This record gives sequence, C-alpha cells and structure tokens, in this order.
Amino acid sequence: MPMSLFKRSPWILHYDGSSCNGCDIEVLACLTPLYDVERFGVVNTGNPKHADILLVTGSVNERNIEIIQNLYRQMPDPKVVVAVGACACSGGIFARAYNIQGGIDQVVPVDVYVPGCAARPESIIDGVVSGIAALEQKRKRSA
Amino acid sequence: MKRTVVPMGPQHPVLPEPIVLDLVLEDEKVVDAIPTIGYIHRGLEALVERVEYTEFGYVVERICGICSFMHGMGYAVAMEEIMAVEVPERARWLRLIWAEMSRIHSHLLWLGLGADAFGFENLFMHCWRTREEVLDIFEKTTGGRIIFSVNRIGGVRRDISDTELAAIVEKLQQLGAGFAATARIFETDPSIRHRLSGVGILSREDAHAVDAVGPMARASGIRMDTRLTGTHLYDRLDFEPVLETAGDCLARVVVRVREISQSIDLIRQAVDRMPKAEGAPIEVKVRGLPTGEVFERLEQPRGEVIYYIKANGTKYLERFRARTPTFANIPAMIKLVKGCDLADVPNIIMTIDPCISCTER
Repeated sequence: MPMSLFKRSPWILHYDGSSCNGCDIEVLACLTPLYDVERFGVVNTGNPKHADILLVTGSVNERNIEIIQNLYRQMPDPKVVVAVGACACSGGIFARAYNIQGGIDQVVPVDVYVPGCAARPESIIDGVVSGIAALEQKRKRSA
Repeated sequence: MKRTVVPMGPQHPVLPEPIVLDLVLEDEKVVDAIPTIGYIHRGLEALVERVEYTEFGYVVERICGICSFMHGMGYAVAMEEIMAVEVPERARWLRLIWAEMSRIHSHLLWLGLGADAFGFENLFMHCWRTREEVLDIFEKTTGGRIIFSVNRIGGVRRDISDTELAAIVEKLQQLGAGFAATARIFETDPSIRHRLSGVGILSREDAHAVDAVGPMARASGIRMDTRLTGTHLYDRLDFEPVLETAGDCLARVVVRVREISQSIDLIRQAVDRMPKAEGAPIEVKVRGLPTGEVFERLEQPRGEVIYYIKANGTKYLERFRARTPTFANIPAMIKLVKGCDLADVPNIIMTIDPCISCTER
C-alpha cells in the first residue's frame, strides 16, 4: 500500500506487555527525527478511546492479561492489533519462563505480526502500514 | 481533609513501562504512594534451570533492552570469574568502550524521556536524534541496535579495528560538541529551571538512608560509583564521578548531561591507552562445567548492578540473581513522591530513570 493512498491518520496506542524494553524503545524511536512517522499522521496517543491501532510489545503474563483486554475493549471499532517483536508474537526467548503464557494472540485477536528481537524501526513501520491496510478492510466490511 | 486515591498506571502516557502507583492525595498534595509491580515479571531468573549456562547470556541480555550490553557483560565477567578464565586484554578494553557507549545512549534516551515528561517535546526529539548516531556506531561494530549479543564467556565476538576506533572517538567528540547546545538548554533554560529546580529534593542523609545508587546518589552529593573500585580496567583511566549537591530533579538531569561528555572522554582515554594490537586474540575458548559462586558489580547508566551466580558443576546454573539499580532507587522515589504536588509526580518518577523491566525481570 503506497503511503500516498492514506486517507486517514491512524492513531496508535502502545502497551508494553512484558517486554525487555528493547521493542518499546524502538517503537518510540519510530516517532523521533530519523524515522518520524508523525509526518504520515501516525500519532502515539495515551488514550485507548482515541486509538485505531494497538501496538503491543512483549508477551502475556498473569498480571497484564486483564490490562490488555481492557485496552482492547475500550478502543472503538474498527481496530487493529499489531504484535511487535518475538515476545509479542510467541513469547520469544521467554516462552519457557514460568510467568509467560505466550504471545498476545492468546488474549486478543492479532492482525499483524512483526518479527525481530528487537524489532527494527523499519519493520515496526512496515507492521503499522500493514495494519492500516487491515484497518481499511475492516472499515469497508463494517460499512 | 478528605483523602482521594488516584491510581497511576499501568498504562499512562508518561510511563514507557507499566508500574502502578496508588497516589493518596489530600487536595493537590500527595501524602502517600503505594507502588504495585509485577506487570513485566517474566520469571527470567528461574530460566537458569532450563537454559544451559553457555546460552543463558542471551537471556541475561534481555533483562533490559537499554542496558543490554552491560547485562551481557556482567554475566560474562561473572562466569569468567567462576571458571577462572583469563580474558584477553583487548576484549576487556572493547567491553569498556561498548559499556561507556551504552551509558551515552542510555542517558540520551533518558534525557529525551525526561524532557517529554516535563513537556519539552522539541528537546526530546533533539536528544533522540543524537542518540541515533550512537546506535549507528553500535550497529556498525556489533551488528545490533538494541540487543548486541557481542559478549560471550571468555571474551567478545567482534573486534574493532584501530582505525575504526579512532574514527569512533572522532565521531563521538563531534557528537559531544553538537550536543553541547542541547546540554546548555538542560542546564540553563528558565522554563526547565522553573519546572525542576527545588522539586523532589533528596538530601545527602536521606540518599544514604534509602540506599540510592547511581546518578540519583551522585546528584545528592554522594561520591559513589562502582567505577571508582578500578575493576574492568577503570583503574587505567582518569576518572572522577560527576557530583551535584542540590539533590533535586534538576541536579539529577545535570548529572546525566555531564556524564555524557565524561563517557566520551573515557572512551577517548581508553582508545589512547589500550595497546595498538589489532588482530590480537579477543576471546579464549571456555570448556568444562562451572562450580562455585560469585558476586559481580558493575556501574550501569542507572547505578550499581549486582549479580550473584551459583554454579553446581552441571551445565545448568543453580541460581542467578540480579539486583538492578532501579530496584534500589524505588524507595527513594517513594520518599520523594510523598509531600509533592500531583503535577510533579511524573517528573519525580522520571528523574530516578526507572527501568521496570530490569526491576521485575
């Protein structure tokens, strides 16, 4: 999907599941001058009610299941979930740790998986762009 | 007066990572703060029972994506001590250089987040733009931006050529010169001064009493830095920790700003003083199974980290434990939050430079 076809500005809600910080920092790095996704209208918001895309880094553990579900529930439809990094996709290196239950898809439906440990900013941006395509499809389906 | 409890977190715009503070308020004053942690707990330390010691270094690195190099280094150094391995000198110098570069990138990252917390977004962008230049050097020398996996028990995986080392020093000095303008804003800008000066004062006595570490302690005038012990070749460098005495949020910012130029200078000294021995061995093969126990200390960007490792002669370690600097600084943060205004809470939380994934592992 070429960037010029963007009709809307996707707002992003970022939640750190139980990541090591690596992917979180790369998500933030996407906003800063070198990558600067804000020029495409991608805004990082702190309010789930404002968000179209939920970016989750890190995997699911006992404690954050509820938080992730809450955030997902509060987002307005249509919405898209992007799992960023190996941990969010499958549990990654921590899959065998006792407190880790696996990837984000255990809790909420995931539309885009972004691989990498840590995921590079380029691949995170690519994931978000794929997320926008999924968002448009959902919008057409619901309309 | 009626008390109100305001829950802050786990998802909050100022927090890059989830932690919950239940703030008990009387009007606008915070009278109590009750932290709840566990949102990032993975059970990393218990993984030693399932991951062989040769591979556990990769897990240790992922305690935290900001200090990943230092965590990997701490594990490697501790295991080398248990197994009585003599590490080639060049590897030790390279570790020191990468460690100081980690400090530069971590402090730049934090200064950005701090600026964002006190509402100076422009400054946030400037700091992170500068940080990308450090990450470029990391990527060139180790292959990774965040997770490097360049440490191994017995040395390091990659060498840096002498010409490249000289180029790195030059690049970092240019970076330092360019950053000077941003640093001046942090130290002198009146709006930052209004926002941070006199906020969240940790006195020298209190810093001692709650065992603050790292820049937090140094901003309160305590001359404490693991690098002063001279381990990991720091005894070959001229080093004097950056101290401030005010103990407020501004002092903690200023300490980190100055530590950036100090780290650049330490790297310059290291490159000057390390033997020009390009192609010299950078690792030794390690064989056998470890037995014994060891404590290891390092000065991370956030303060002192302590590792404890117990090995029992099998390929799985018996115990791995890390006391990370944020864990040591949380009591200080709680102490500071009590009695401050609600609007100052984000600044106080940010100026301890919290790394929750280190704390909870």
